Amino acid sequence: MKIHEYQGKEILREFGVPTPRGKACFSVDEALSAAQQLGGNVWVVKAQIHAGGRGKGGGVKVAKSLDEVGQYAQQILGMQLVTHQTGPEGQKVRRLLIEEGAAIAKECYVGMVVDRASQRVALLASSEGGMEIEEVAKHSPGKIHTVRIDSAAGLDAKEAEAVVRAIGIPDVANAEAVKVLQGLYQAFVAKDAMLAEINPLILTADDRVVALDAKFNFDSNALYRHPEIVAMRDLDEEDPAEIEASKFDLSYISLDGDIGCLVNGAGLAMATMDIIKLYGGSPANFLDVGGGATTEKVTEAFKLMLKNPHLKAILVNIFGGIMKCDVIAEGVVAAARQVSLNVPLVVRLEGTNVDLGKRILAESGLPIISGNDMADAAQKVVAAAREAI
Amino acid sequence: MSILINKDTRVITQGMTGKVGQFHTQQCKAYANGANCFVAGVNPKKAGETFEGIPVYASVRDAKQATGATVSVIYVPPAGAAAAIDEAVEAELDLVICITEGIPVHDMIRTRYKMQGKKTLLIGPNCPGLITPDEIKIGIMPGHIHKKGRIGVVSRSGTLTYEAVGQLTALGYGQSSCVGIGGDPINGLKHIDVMRLFNDDPETDAVIMVGEIGGSDEEECARWIKDNMQKPVVGFIAGITAPPGKRMGHAGAIISGGQGGAEDKLSVMEESGIFITRNPAEMGRTMQKVLKG
Repeated sequence: MKIHEYQGKEILREFGVPTPRGKACFSVDEALSAAQQLGGNVWVVKAQIHAGGRGKGGGVKVAKSLDEVGQYAQQILGMQLVTHQTGPEGQKVRRLLIEEGAAIAKECYVGMVVDRASQRVALLASSEGGMEIEEVAKHSPGKIHTVRIDSAAGLDAKEAEAVVRAIGIPDVANAEAVKVLQGLYQAFVAKDAMLAEINPLILTADDRVVALDAKFNFDSNALYRHPEIVAMRDLDEEDPAEIEASKFDLSYISLDGDIGCLVNGAGLAMATMDIIKLYGGSPANFLDVGGGATTEKVTEAFKLMLKNPHLKAILVNIFGGIMKCDVIAEGVVAAARQVSLNVPLVVRLEGTNVDLGKRILAESGLPIISGNDMADAAQKVVAAAREAI
Repeated sequence: MSILINKDTRVITQGMTGKVGQFHTQQCKAYANGANCFVAGVNPKKAGETFEGIPVYASVRDAKQATGATVSVIYVPPAGAAAAIDEAVEAELDLVICITEGIPVHDMIRTRYKMQGKKTLLIGPNCPGLITPDEIKIGIMPGHIHKKGRIGVVSRSGTLTYEAVGQLTALGYGQSSCVGIGGDPINGLKHIDVMRLFNDDPETDAVIMVGEIGGSDEEECARWIKDNMQKPVVGFIAGITAPPGKRMGHAGAIISGGQGGAEDKLSVMEESGIFITRNPAEMGRTMQKVLKG
């Protein structure tokens, strides 16, 4: 689960990481009064959306007067902000962060990730602040300094010091930067984060170390023990179909094709998308109904797929293990009746009670196309989608 | 022969008395030699009781002492599952198979840290378990699709493993052992570890390796295969069509930071001499072609 920058900075401050003073705002008036309260003569008006690349897309402006604060707030609030992470349609800006300006002497990157190979939390740091770490990794991997953190001992001060020096922070600010890294690590572990980035971490003209940005992504499997993180969730930033799916414990991801897929198991669901593509079609979604699909879940899954205006056909691909094929067949029949299905439906069943399942489909009187195996079903659904054009 | 487990393996079930544990314990007990293999359950509140004739003990240590079991399977809900693994490791079992899906990643990081230098091997979490056909099934896979034979199967996915197994069985090829290593980013045995075991198993002739997007375990395994594997390997990677940055069902199935894409994995696998197929319906037939030369 992702959160906004201003929420990420709240977490950082809780763990002793300095950030600029700032305030989240939902209107131009709020932005103006926030700037007045903050005082000074330079402010930064920052669009709050979950995607990165906001600056390049015109979502971050430096204002040198209150008039400019109002002007930029007006411009940015409500805009469709397009960045390399939003897709061409962009993301609507509904929140702003108004911050005091900072005198930047140097910009760096620091981040924490879950490193799968070492099975530890890894600290990544680079002197190339403001650049995405993926870009740095591609063009100058030597500039990335990595520490794989011992989970019993925590982030070692000596190792942190060495990293801070390596990314070019002067000795006068070394101790402060080490504290930032340790605070970031503590936040990362305490809040069950999967990713945390401060980009840029800056050195100010007066040698202070300040987090100018904050990005967090949390482990959705650990949210049960973090109501404070769940409270930060912004549904406006998420795909409505995916939100709807999560209510029914369905794993759903929207894609841009026209063949809906309903599958049990994540690996088989991906493989089903792949085989549709292989036979010349294009999947409209990833959908894993999980191991315990009920008629209700299958019905909701059908409703979700049918909400997609581009949908031309549906492929149901089930390998019944613990889930019996007759149960899923009854679910499919009930769902197809309830939602008044208006696109071709291809069903492939395999595994436990497969014959009973196929008979239920055949005797339902519904125009269900039966697929003998995965390849046959994929070819049939691709053909059906073509005819529907 | 087989890898990791056989008809003589004795198993403790952690979380046996919960709904999921009860169901799968019945299924496992009914498969092949299961009635002799599943010898103990663990639940501190129900010690002294039995389920399906299987005695319940207060701890893994007690269960091990009383029965001599060396393997455990875990169905404990996510919040307590990492602690259940820790308990099995402390009791010095040989192998722990964790079926539970949804364990917080930081719990697994702590558990894996504690496992360093310990003898216990871990399979999973978030996996279907493993099976040696006609001998023993430990986990949630449907037993009846399997057939005893000489092909090894290793996979990060559940139902996609069943797909591979189903295709093999339909073509008349049985399996030596099938191992689901799970879909989580922090887990126990990786593809490479299971591949080593299959390479050393005299009754495995060839292996199907099923991977998916995310991480670099498949690449690491492929490089090892290139230098060491003496048996043919057929490979498939799920998620060629998966968009980057999206978690595809499994916690570990995500392309992030430009890494973990299916095409990259497939090309390393191909360079390493693995017989790859891009068609998930062709895993069995690809194996057939390889074996018939």
